[in-house]
Amino acid sequence: MTSTDDLKLPIYLDYQSTTPTDPRVLKAMLPYFFDKPGNPHSQTHSYGREAQDAVEAARAQIAAIIGSDAREVIFTSGATESNNLALKGAAQFYGNEKRRIITTTTEHKCVIESCRNLGSNGYDIVFLPVEKSGLIDLNRLAAEITNDTLLVSVMAAHNEIGVIQQIASIGDLCRRNGVLFHTDSAQAVGKIPINVNTMNIDLMSISGHKMYGPKGIGALYVRHRPRVRLNAQIDGGGQERSLRSGTLPTPLCVGLGAACQIASDELVQEAQRIGDLRDCLYEGIAERLPDVTVNGDLNHRLPGNLNLSFADLDCETIMSALPDIAISSGSACTSNSIEPSYVIRALGLSEEIARSSFRFGIGRFTTKAEIDYVIERLTDEVVSLRARGTTHRTVAR
Amino acid sequence: MNDQTSYLDYNASAPLRPAVAEAMKNTMLLAGNPSSVHTYGRFARKQIDDARDLVATTVGADPTKLVFTSGGTEANNLALAGAGRTIRLVSGIEHDSVLAAAPEAVHIPVDQAGVVNTAALDELLAKQNEPALVSVMMANNETGVIQPLTEVISIAHNHNALVHCDAVQALGKLAIDMASLEIDLMTLSAHKIGGPKGIGALALRSNVEIEAQLVGGGQEGRRRAGTENVAAAVGFAEACVEIKKNENEIDRMLHLRNRFEELLRNQASNIEIFGHESPRLVNTCCLRLPGRTSETQVIALDLAGIAVSAGAACSSGKVTSSHVLTAMGVSPSAANESIRVSLGWATTENEIEHAADAWLELYNQTEDRPRRTTE
Repeated sequence: MTSTDDLKLPIYLDYQSTTPTDPRVLKAMLPYFFDKPGNPHSQTHSYGREAQDAVEAARAQIAAIIGSDAREVIFTSGATESNNLALKGAAQFYGNEKRRIITTTTEHKCVIESCRNLGSNGYDIVFLPVEKSGLIDLNRLAAEITNDTLLVSVMAAHNEIGVIQQIASIGDLCRRNGVLFHTDSAQAVGKIPINVNTMNIDLMSISGHKMYGPKGIGALYVRHRPRVRLNAQIDGGGQERSLRSGTLPTPLCVGLGAACQIASDELVQEAQRIGDLRDCLYEGIAERLPDVTVNGDLNHRLPGNLNLSFADLDCETIMSALPDIAISSGSACTSNSIEPSYVIRALGLSEEIARSSFRFGIGRFTTKAEIDYVIERLTDEVVSLRARGTTHRTVAR
Repeated sequence: MNDQTSYLDYNASAPLRPAVAEAMKNTMLLAGNPSSVHTYGRFARKQIDDARDLVATTVGADPTKLVFTSGGTEANNLALAGAGRTIRLVSGIEHDSVLAAAPEAVHIPVDQAGVVNTAALDELLAKQNEPALVSVMMANNETGVIQPLTEVISIAHNHNALVHCDAVQALGKLAIDMASLEIDLMTLSAHKIGGPKGIGALALRSNVEIEAQLVGGGQEGRRRAGTENVAAAVGFAEACVEIKKNENEIDRMLHLRNRFEELLRNQASNIEIFGHESPRLVNTCCLRLPGRTSETQVIALDLAGIAVSAGAACSSGKVTSSHVLTAMGVSPSAANESIRVSLGWATTENEIEHAADAWLELYNQTEDRPRRTTE
């Protein structure tokens, strides 16, 4: 029996939903909270200039982890805003030249909604289906690229199933065809190596709170050479090279920079450790339970992600039986709704599988003891629920 | 060289209140996405809902219709783009984020005292063929002049227009009651009152709806997508608690601002204080020293450790003259001789005197100053 004495319950296994801020990140932010006022856009006094220096240092840290120039990094309020800005901004700027945008059926809601929005404004939107593995078929993508194609948007690493797309190949395909390539890398940056130049990425969305930085901050990488142009979505004082107006939140910028610095210093060892924990979790469950399916490709996957379905069990049933484990049934944005995950459905899996899918998100502060606890609690509970016949057939209907 | 510093640029950004920093620090280390259904998510959800209630209550807004945004600029953009009105009228002294979000808007003139001309507003609205959106700020960020909102709203509503009010600078310096004023859409920002940067809000009147501009997950009642910035919302609410708790701050700021102006006027009879004849925010002083450019003044003060600005911070990197002063009929050359001094919750009498001394030192080196008869 695992000792629960040292465990903080509920055990947090929802790192793709959000991560706690790393205490080292908070430490870097605190000076800008307590004793450094100053609007980073105030050039008339030392307070403003000091804030600006901090913002620029953070920008350089972000640029370093993605291999870009600091001038190519635009701060935003988060990945949702970055995705809105990249898609609508590019579509509006280049709309007179090209009007087709290709994305996938498994993108994050904010990419899908931005595209639908553009679709209702006369843009030609293609939602490319994915394979059962969650990966896109490059030939199918190539076949959709026409002379009218402006942009391809494919998520680098998936928020629900953790699947990592062949970003470099997609980037190469886009570059050869003169098509812009945007990738939502909210889940990828800091977890897997990303380089905007070797991968031919033109636009890339980054989130702070998915990589142990603060909530309320993100970034958009915008390629300078060849230059990518966007229409601003938030107008005003002309901050961020007029691509995004609004006073920059100095402490949050500093926090995102620090999070990138820590991630790039520790990425390799951390990916190894977290990947081992994930494998241990999967093997522990699969050894003890029959009829467990992995959703999405297990090899091309974020080290910290596992998405499973338990035959005959509704995820809500399991989740309410396990209040001591914080996991989710899909992306947090939609987990308030009871509709089954559109992502799992998009893999071609049945509604039943979708209804019984769980996401386990493992991260920086997850311990082996926590994983052992989860294996034991979860498998015991599933065995007992199955024995009682408490299936989704009786619960969900 | 003087070691003393005076931060007098609160209208650009106020230092964070210690209570706010404490509240945020604790929240920041917690995981939890308010949209998640597990314990951590529900706790984050409760934090954001409680924060929403507190902020809404502070300004007489409906908590169910208060949308958190990344700041005042985003809230202004959301209001102007999302209100569903094609015809928009904005005052000529609005913040850049209002002017830029509605580049084609009809500009409502202001008078020399910095006050929106309500008779002109009435005439302009009468000319429109369809119901419009009127955007008039509660108080100006550069001059501090308080706008006649009751009248603006009554005129606008007579013409079936919606009224958006940018109350970013008014919060914490004026009592605001959105419901009794009948404001339709109102913008707030946390970092101007000692809350965190990176959060603001757009409050909607109960019968008013907007179309989301940032789309994605269904957060903020489908009015603004994106994972909620929980710690910042908690900080915003805490800042609201602080301003309520310290209502005497308003009197204190008024006293300090008046003291500053008195110290200057005692020696510098030729300075011009813009909007002084109008009701003004208690913390703002926009003044002109004939014969000395804004740049000279802010540099001299900066060297003495005093932070002021030559206008709004967003545009203070540029050398364009203030659109606010220009709209008041001030000549570009006179506008280029003006600076903004703005104080706030942590300002001390000492800082005010230090700043006045430093400014007067520059003044006394100004050649064309009026000589005192006693000299």
